[in-house]
Amino acid sequence: MTLEQPVLIYDRIAGNRRNTFILLTLFVLVLAGLSMAIGIVIGLPIPFAPILIVPFVIFAFISYYSSSRIALGISGAKEVTREQEPELVRKVENLCIGAGLPMPKVYVIEDGSPNAFATGRDPEHASVAVTRGLLDKLEPLELEGVLAHELSHIGNYDIRVMTMVVVLIGLAALMADFMFRLTFFGAGRRSSNRGKGGGGAIAIIFLIAIVGAILAPIAAQAIRFAISRQREYLADASGALLTRHPEGLARALEKMAADPDPLEVANKATAHLYINNPLREHKSWLNNMFTTHPPIEERVKLLRAM
Amino acid sequence: MLIVLIVLIVLLAVVIIAGLAMLGMYNGLIRARVRTREAWSGIDVQLKRRASLIPNLVETVKGYAAHEQEVLENVTRARAQLEQAGGAAQAAQADNMLTSALRTLFAVSENYPQLRANENFLALQKELADVEEKIAFSRQFYNRNVMDFNTRIQVFPSVIIANMFNFERFDFFEAEETAREDVQVSFTQPN
Repeated sequence: MTLEQPVLIYDRIAGNRRNTFILLTLFVLVLAGLSMAIGIVIGLPIPFAPILIVPFVIFAFISYYSSSRIALGISGAKEVTREQEPELVRKVENLCIGAGLPMPKVYVIEDGSPNAFATGRDPEHASVAVTRGLLDKLEPLELEGVLAHELSHIGNYDIRVMTMVVVLIGLAALMADFMFRLTFFGAGRRSSNRGKGGGGAIAIIFLIAIVGAILAPIAAQAIRFAISRQREYLADASGALLTRHPEGLARALEKMAADPDPLEVANKATAHLYINNPLREHKSWLNNMFTTHPPIEERVKLLRAM
Repeated sequence: MLIVLIVLIVLLAVVIIAGLAMLGMYNGLIRARVRTREAWSGIDVQLKRRASLIPNLVETVKGYAAHEQEVLENVTRARAQLEQAGGAAQAAQADNMLTSALRTLFAVSENYPQLRANENFLALQKELADVEEKIAFSRQFYNRNVMDFNTRIQVFPSVIIANMFNFERFDFFEAEETAREDVQVSFTQPN
């Protein structure tokens, strides 16, 4: 059924890639602005202010390389072998052949709620984790749809982008914190020592810096969620391209949304990783802006339209 | 004098930029071709694996259903063709023949309860089903690479490079249409 209009799916993938690029650019600009603001507040000459980004980048690298281990650890995922879960491993292997990916490590989370996630900074270091509930409650074609979605995250380098974004969010929060301490305790003293002429201008810069420090983490968070939602749509589209059976994933998503069991091992920090939002949230315009996943109905509708 | 110099520099810059662009396009084509060949070897591995399972299967079936001569011969013949096939188009054709012959074989095997209970037979059937799935997926990956490569060597401006260095189109590994027909054949097979 997808064969008749493949152009549609390809178009959507291209469109999602573009959107992600725009969002990521915005994000980096926000971060650069923040470090600039800190630089100004602590009194560096303006051309050198962005240099402050360097220690934060080092911090970012460290978090980037350990993120996958942490995500698997937090969710209590156990690696499984071909002997333990032959069907699951076989499905992953076959889908990898179709996607041209190396075989990732396969993990199972002993939890009754059906859900799954993929992690790892690139396809060579990737892992796919599924819950016991997913294996028990889904039909083979539905499971295949979910696995194809997760492998698409790997193939599209979504996890790399998402890991980067999460690390950058952490950075933005850290910098905002840093900023507040500086404005209140350090830089205030210094500015009072200066001549009266520059006082007004410096006060304005302070004001901008403080407003920036408050707004930046919020903006960063909103951007993060927007990127995450785009990635989900993209993975749905390329997953459907891989299985040539969008209906399987559509039905799996409906099942996951209808499932009453909450995923106990998920929390706000790992929610964005999962295929279906593991946290039960109320619906509102504000919450929509801060949710990591697009509404299931919307995803199912798009899948059925392919 | 100055004008001549400027014109020369501009011309030189244009030549260098054009040369670099061509180099980039050439490397891109080579990379796409290597990827496509690699994708083909992915199919080839699975086809070989499939062919290697056949003699064992034929022997097992013979033990219980020796008089299904024609069915068994079809399978053996398809396998031989697959082994001799050169290139994607021929291999695809032979593989489709083997798929249809195997389907008939498994449909016929329903009539032999003892064969159905044979562990070796069941294991082979399962493994062949897995190989078939792997072939389907590797075919998909290969065909996507072929589509990418064939498009590149036909669109402007990379078509210039492709013609200059004689890049040739790859054949698709086509199975969809014949596979669909085969399903019909195996359904009408009287049991």
